[in-house]
Order: sequence, then structure tokens, then C-alpha cells
Amino acid sequence: MKRKSYYARKIKRAVHLLFYKHHRKPGVKGWELKKRLGADYPKVLNILDNFLEKLDLQIKTVFEEEKPNEKPTLEELNKARFYVTLKGELTPKETKLCGWRIDDIAGLAMAISYIISKKGRAPREEVEKLLRDKLPGWRVDINLNRYVRSGYLAEDENKQLYLDWRTRAEVDQNVLVDLLLETES
Amino acid sequence: MPSKKQRKKLGEERLQRIIDLCRSVEERGLDPFIVDADDVIAVVREYFPEWELPEEFCLDAEAIHQLASIIKLQSDWIKHRSTSLYADPFLLEEKIRRTGKEELANIFLKAWHPIVELEQISHNSLAEAIKYWQSLLPLSERWMDFVSLKTEAGVATREELVQQRILAEKVFSEELEEFWEELKQRVGDEGKVLYWDFVGADTYSETLRRAYLTSFLVTYGYTTLEVHRLEEEMFLKPFEKPKSLVGAEQLVSIPVSVSVEEWMKWKEGKQG
Repeated sequence: MKRKSYYARKIKRAVHLLFYKHHRKPGVKGWELKKRLGADYPKVLNILDNFLEKLDLQIKTVFEEEKPNEKPTLEELNKARFYVTLKGELTPKETKLCGWRIDDIAGLAMAISYIISKKGRAPREEVEKLLRDKLPGWRVDINLNRYVRSGYLAEDENKQLYLDWRTRAEVDQNVLVDLLLETES
Repeated sequence: MPSKKQRKKLGEERLQRIIDLCRSVEERGLDPFIVDADDVIAVVREYFPEWELPEEFCLDAEAIHQLASIIKLQSDWIKHRSTSLYADPFLLEEKIRRTGKEELANIFLKAWHPIVELEQISHNSLAEAIKYWQSLLPLSERWMDFVSLKTEAGVATREELVQQRILAEKVFSEELEEFWEELKQRVGDEGKVLYWDFVGADTYSETLRRAYLTSFLVTYGYTTLEVHRLEEEMFLKPFEKPKSLVGAEQLVSIPVSVSVEEWMKWKEGKQG
């Protein structure tokens, strides 16, 4: 019984940390969770994740480097960032409620998959050219700036575009590329 | 047989060319395999015995350093190709080009799991708000009456006032009514039109005039402005009859930038 209430308390604390934004970016670093929840925070997150699954949500771990092939070490987890994301899919109607138009989503899909195909970085000029095929010219610049502002893409001083933290947290890149390659067009 | 000086000069030129090539590959994201590491090492090795001065050794070190960056890029490339994420860039690009907007969006929705995040007020933002409030002048000071300057009164004709653009040729209300009619005709079945599609004109001065008249249409209740903040779009929705909005609901001012850059962007978009 004592053990149950111990975890119930920790789960509540984890929910507060994960759902509310504490910094400029959402999510919590592993070391922060360790400080607030104790060294057994991976177990607390595991229990919370099982609970969130019923609500179509999940805890997403984004590692600092590439995703480790085997079970991640505590050190890798401490450096990783944890987010609560949707587990299932949004319908086109729901995306409209979130403020995304079909054009915006298609543009984001094109930009991300093109950058993936170019090994994670591509000149902005090339991405703009690609987007101009599908979006009205005057929207291309506005949309790309919006993707950069929201953290999906990053741009360096040489006008190279990269995938940024939000893409790593929200987009299943393998699924995106596979589905794109499967299209019959 | 070239002299030692000539050989040195040639060596410096070749190292500089290697450095430039490596830099352009790195900065422009070109295929790193266009640099043949073995060739570069051979050149560096060939000229190394010639170097005597610190600047010459620096050039040699810089060439090695740039080559190391290229080898790192080559290694990343191989790593990427061996992952499940690798797809032929040309094939993928072709797929992107050929797939329709809606299908692309639907594919993306299957791979997209947006973050759940809630905004909350933080200690920092509260402190900022208190600082702002404390530095704010009282209303009585902010709304202090301006001291009016006394000037000599004179006489001006109506034509002079029209010329100076103080008076319009047409009565303003008539012009506004005509403009309102034009807006009603321009809206489609949805009963609304994009702000820029209505305000934008061939010249910037005409665009400004239309934006100016539109602001009066909204203020006087002839039309309303529908703002989609997240989509960064604005629509004009004309009313069938002018509405008196004063007192009916809380009125808000919406600043709209009609700069030359925005107008040019709209015009380019329209032509493209």
C-alpha cells in the first residue's frame, strides 16, 4: 500500500513536470526528472506511459545523439529530453482546429522529407524551389519561417536548413519516408 | 627541373586549392566523396619536406584539418546510408514532386504525433509584468492635453484643399459606399475575401488608398475583419447593412502592416 502511494505521488509530480511548459521549449530533461522524482524516474515514467496509453498519449524520449540500439543507459536517459505526445494520429479536421491548413502540413511534410533525403541538411533555396511546386509563391517564405519559428526546422548562417528539436520529438521519420516511398504516384 | 622557390609556390597553390575545395563541399552541402582523401594525402606528403616557415606549416595543418572534416562528412554519409532512413534522394524528391498536396498531408498525419503542452505564467513573466506596471505613467500624465499653437487664420479655396489632398473630390461617405459595394461584389460564395486580394492593387499608392478606405469600412461597421492568427490570414466579410458596433461588443484595434515589401510579395505571388 505504501509502495502504491509512493508511486502515485511521483506520477502526479511527473505529470506536472511533463505537461506544463517550464522553459522556452516544452519537455523535461532526464536529469531534471531525476532531481525531482529520484533515481527511479524511468520506472515512474514507465507507469505513467502505461496510464497515458489509454488516453491516446505517450511519453516520447528524444536522445541527445542518435537513438541507442540497445536499452539506453541511465546516463543516456539523463541527457535525453522527455515529452508527452499524441500516440495515435490526428485527422485532417482536427489539424484545422490546431491552426494548420492542408497547405501548411503538406509544405512541412515536403520540407522534412526532402531534408531527410539530403542526409539532414539542405540549402533553403532548394527547399523553397520544391515548395513552390505545390504552394502559392508568396506563401513559401511565410511557411518556411513558420516551420523554423515553431522548431521543426533550423537555419544556419549559410542558409542551410536542418531538422530541429520539434521534428525529432513529433515526427516518426522512418514512417514518413516509408509511406512516401510507398505512394503510387 | 623547377627551382625550390617555384616548387614551394606550386605546393602552396595546390594546398590552397585543396582547402577551398573542402570548404565549399562543407559549406554548400555537396557530396563529400568528390574529395579523394588519398590524393589529398599524397599532395600533402609530397610537399611537406619543402616547408620551412611557420606560415607554410600553418597552411599544411589547415589542409589536414579540412581533410579531416571531409572524412567526418564521408563517415556520416556512410552511417546514414546504412540506416533505415536512407532513401535514394532522387527517388524521394520525385515522389514529393508527384504526390498531391492532400496525399502529402495525409501521409504526414500518419507520422506526426504533436507534443501536448500547456502554457502557464512563470515567475519571470510575473516579475516582468510587475516591472512594466510599476514603470507605467498614470493615465492623467499619459493623456495630458497638448498645448495648441495659435496661428493666423487665412482663406483657402475648395480647389486648393483638393489639390493639397485635404478635401477629396468626392464626398468621403459616397466614396466609402461605392467601395463597400465593390467589396460585396468581390466576395465569393463564402461571403468573404482575403484582405490582400481586395486591398492589393497594381500600384503601391492605390494599395495604400484602398487599405485606408478599408480601415474605415471596418471601423464604421460596413464590414468585419476575420483574423486567423495561426494561419496568418485575414479576411474581409461585408455586412448587408452597416452595423453599429459601438457598445454592442468590445471593440479592438488591429494594426495591419501595408509596407512596400508586403505589397511586392503579394504582387509576386499573384503573378506567380
